[in-house]
Amino acid sequence: MERQLGTEIVKRGMAQMQKGGVIMDVVNAEQARIAEASGAVAVMALERVPSDIRAAGGVARMADPRIVEEVMNAVTIPVMAKARIGHIVEARVLEAMGVDYIDESEVLTPADEEFHLLKSDFTVPFVCGCRDLGEAARRIGEGASMLRTKGEPGTGNIVEAVRHMRKVQAQVRKVTLMSDDELMTEAKNLGAPYEILKQIKAAGKLPVVNFAAGGVATPADAALMMELGADGVFVGSGIFKSESPEKFASAIVQATTYYNDYELIGKLSKELGTPMKGIEISKLNQEERMQERGW
Amino acid sequence: MKKIKIGVLGLQGAIQEHINQIEMLGCFGVIIKNPEQLEEVDGLILPGGESTAIRKLIDRYGFFDPLKQFSSNHKPIFGTCAGMVLVAKELSESQDSHLGLIDICVKRNAFGRQKESFEAELTVKGIKTSYPAVFIRAPYIERANENIEILATYDNQIVAAKQNHILVSSFHPELTGDTRFLQLFVDMVKESLKTTVN
Repeated sequence: MERQLGTEIVKRGMAQMQKGGVIMDVVNAEQARIAEASGAVAVMALERVPSDIRAAGGVARMADPRIVEEVMNAVTIPVMAKARIGHIVEARVLEAMGVDYIDESEVLTPADEEFHLLKSDFTVPFVCGCRDLGEAARRIGEGASMLRTKGEPGTGNIVEAVRHMRKVQAQVRKVTLMSDDELMTEAKNLGAPYEILKQIKAAGKLPVVNFAAGGVATPADAALMMELGADGVFVGSGIFKSESPEKFASAIVQATTYYNDYELIGKLSKELGTPMKGIEISKLNQEERMQERGW
Repeated sequence: MKKIKIGVLGLQGAIQEHINQIEMLGCFGVIIKNPEQLEEVDGLILPGGESTAIRKLIDRYGFFDPLKQFSSNHKPIFGTCAGMVLVAKELSESQDSHLGLIDICVKRNAFGRQKESFEAELTVKGIKTSYPAVFIRAPYIERANENIEILATYDNQIVAAKQNHILVSSFHPELTGDTRFLQLFVDMVKESLKTTVN
């Protein structure tokens, strides 16, 4: 009858319960309540949404614990929070506060330019970003219990999210069909742990849930990511930087559930008002691109 | 004999995991995305997920009355975790209840937040050896009416129960490779098909 905390099944299982849902970025209790009322499966408590992080510049760190606490007290759905890549102490602080999931996130300024957190050491589960299967498998190897394709956060431009989701899906399919004797070279080429690739080949899919993130601004964007094989969607700036957050939030939730009901998505997209203003990716300087952070 | 068809409410949550287990037991699994599909299944699983999110979608897509009707027809329903919250008559801490199909009072997130989520071996009535249960931000049954058959407890809290055609569990049978708990539900569905035929 002994209780085993933080096991792989418990950490990965938590993400499985989020499948088919929308996780929304919020910066205060009021936004968290709007997200919950709209049907979000979880909220990400932040000091600033990614588009404001871009605008503000400087070093982006873990949110003020007061904000995280305020959000945790405001809603009954799970609360996630972001720690900087490799910042062991920010992650431990968030774990001690009792957040339900930590995002080791490239949206914040990395604390370590060489190493990620050893996430298997923690009781709290982690989600990490990826752009391809090598990155995905390295994060799983470190103990990530959930993945999200990175996209380009805070741009309202879906193109990078699509690129990353297609890439991961295509590489999973390739590995699945590969013969056993080709797998080690593939592991070398991808920079992926061999054991993780073996698991992916055997199962025909990633061993953890993979959401889409970074650029979702409309119900149609969310549905597109589901169509491409995402297990669910993170929406950052897309909701609270739109003209009517309640409407956008609710429409994005519905479009995620019924992603192949195009008539419905058409209806949902009517009279939503203006979505967040987007950024053309080629207008970003190299150092403004968040997706390259992570190793 | 006709293959048994079991539906899984397909709005949000761990849906495919249940379908996989249903099929491992030789039944036919159907993801229910529209209320009309309820007519084609012999039993229904309300999966784990976020109960608040699932409830919003139940209302918005006209599932509320058809689900009540499904239960009124005595067709078996199995609620896991969020699904248990959805079928309870009462929720503690004065929240409004949802479908109200079984005489239990459920406390949400009763074991704590995610870092308190756990695995434990349980003794379950109807399962011979110990059963590996996975609890994720799990609810438990705070109070149960005397007509409720208690199937399992953990730390003196009720974590699995049954009343007539309704089965509930705080834990997630679909996350393990152990199909014995789902078998209890499949047996209920078989039993209900027998009585409808007679």
